[in-house]
Amino acid sequence: MKIEILGIGCSKCKKLHELVEEAVNELGVSTEITKVTDINKIFDYKVLITPALAIDGDAMVVGRVPSKEEIIKWIKEKS
Amino acid sequence: MPFSSSKILNALMESLLMAQDYARQHVLLCLIPAFFIAGAIANFISQENIIKYFGAEANKFLSYTVASVSGTILAVCSCTVLPLFAGIYKRGAGIGPATAFLYSGPAINILAIILTARVLGFELGLARATGAIIFSIVIGLSMHFIFHEDEKEKIKDKSLFSESNTQEERPLWQTTFYFTTLIGILIFANWGKDGSLKIWQAIYSSKWYITGILLIILFWMLVKWFNKEERAQWISSSWSFAQQILPLLLGGVLVAGFLLGRPGSEALIPKIWIGNLVGGNSLWSNLFASVVGAFMYFATLTEIPILQGLLGAGMGKGPALALLLAGPALSLPNMLVIRSILGTKKTLVFIFLVVTMATLSGMLFGYFF
Repeated sequence: MKIEILGIGCSKCKKLHELVEEAVNELGVSTEITKVTDINKIFDYKVLITPALAIDGDAMVVGRVPSKEEIIKWIKEKS
Repeated sequence: MPFSSSKILNALMESLLMAQDYARQHVLLCLIPAFFIAGAIANFISQENIIKYFGAEANKFLSYTVASVSGTILAVCSCTVLPLFAGIYKRGAGIGPATAFLYSGPAINILAIILTARVLGFELGLARATGAIIFSIVIGLSMHFIFHEDEKEKIKDKSLFSESNTQEERPLWQTTFYFTTLIGILIFANWGKDGSLKIWQAIYSSKWYITGILLIILFWMLVKWFNKEERAQWISSSWSFAQQILPLLLGGVLVAGFLLGRPGSEALIPKIWIGNLVGGNSLWSNLFASVVGAFMYFATLTEIPILQGLLGAGMGKGPALALLLAGPALSLPNMLVIRSILGTKKTLVFIFLVVTMATLSGMLFGYFF
C-alpha cells in the first residue's frame, strides 16, 4: 500500500502527516508514507485544495485534515 | 537588556496593557464567534462547488466575479491559496482569474475583515473588503490583457475543475439560515452604543435579548439539522483556527504594544518618526506604506494590532488602507513562490500593479475620511 500526503508544506499538511503516521503505527501495517510537494504532481491526483491524502493513487480527502479514525477506516478499506 | 531603563519598562508595560485590552474587548465577543463562523465555512460549504467556476471553459465574467469574492470561503487557510492559484493559472481559466483570486483571497478572509472592522473601525473594514474585491478584478483583467498572448499553448484540464459527485447533505435554505444566525450573533453581540437614531438606541439596549434568542435558535438548528459527527467537526475546526491564530495574534499585539504603544500613549518608537514616514495622506506616505506592506510578512491577523499601533502613533488612514491592501496579499516569501509559478516578468508586473493600486486607493480613502 502506498500512502501519499499532498501539500506544499503548510501547517495542516504537517498535521495530516502526523495523524497518518499515528494511524499506521496503531494498525501495525507496513506502508510507505511519502510527501508530494510538487504542485504539478498534486494536480495529477485531481486535487486543487490541500492538504489531501491519497491511498494507492486515489485521493481520499481533499482540503481538510480528517480525524485519525477516518484515516484508519480508509487504510482498512484499501488493504 | 537594559530593563531598568524607564523607556524599556514603559514599552513593556504598554505591550502588556495592549494585550489585556485585546483579551477584554475583542476575544470573547468578536473573535470567538468569528472562529465559529470560520469553522462553519471550512466544514459546511462545499469548496468543490466553487472550483467549477475556475475551469478553462467557464464563463469569464463568472470566473472573475467568483475569484474576487471566494477568498471569504476558500482562503480560510493560506495553504489553500497557492495550489488553487497555480491550478487556475496552469490548467484552468488562466492568468486573469488566477491573479484576481491570488490578490483578493488573503485580503477578504472572513476573520481579517471582522477583526479589521472591530478594531480599526467600520469604514476601514468596509474599505478593505470592497477595495480588495474591486482591485482584484482590475488586477486580474490587467494581467490578462498584458499577458494573454502567452496563454495560448496552455494545457486545459477540464477534469480537474469538474464538479465532484459528493451530494450536499443539507438543503441550501438550511445552510443559509444557519450562517445568517451565526453572523447575526456576531453583529448583535458587538452592537456599539450610538444615540443618533432611536432605532440604534433601541437595538443597543436590547442587544443581549436579541443575541440570546439567536443563540437559542442556533442550538435548535444544531440539534435538528446536524448529526453528532458534524457538530464535533465544527467544534474541532473552530478550535483549530483558534489554536493556530490566537498565539500569532498575541505575539503581534505584544510586539505592536512594545514598539508603538496603545493609541494615545507612546512606547519605544517615537511618534514623530511614524508621523514623518506615514502621517498625513501624501503620495510618499501612501507609497511607503504600500511598499513596506508588500514586502513584509504578516502572520494571519497580526497586521491589525500593528496598524492599530501605527494609527495611534499618527499614521494617516489612507496609508493604513494602503498597507492593508498591499500587506496580506504579498510578502517576500510568497513573492518567491509566485515567481516559481508565474516567472519573474509576470511576478514583477503583479507586484507593481498591487503596489500602485494600493497607493492610489490609500490616497483616495485618506482624502475622504
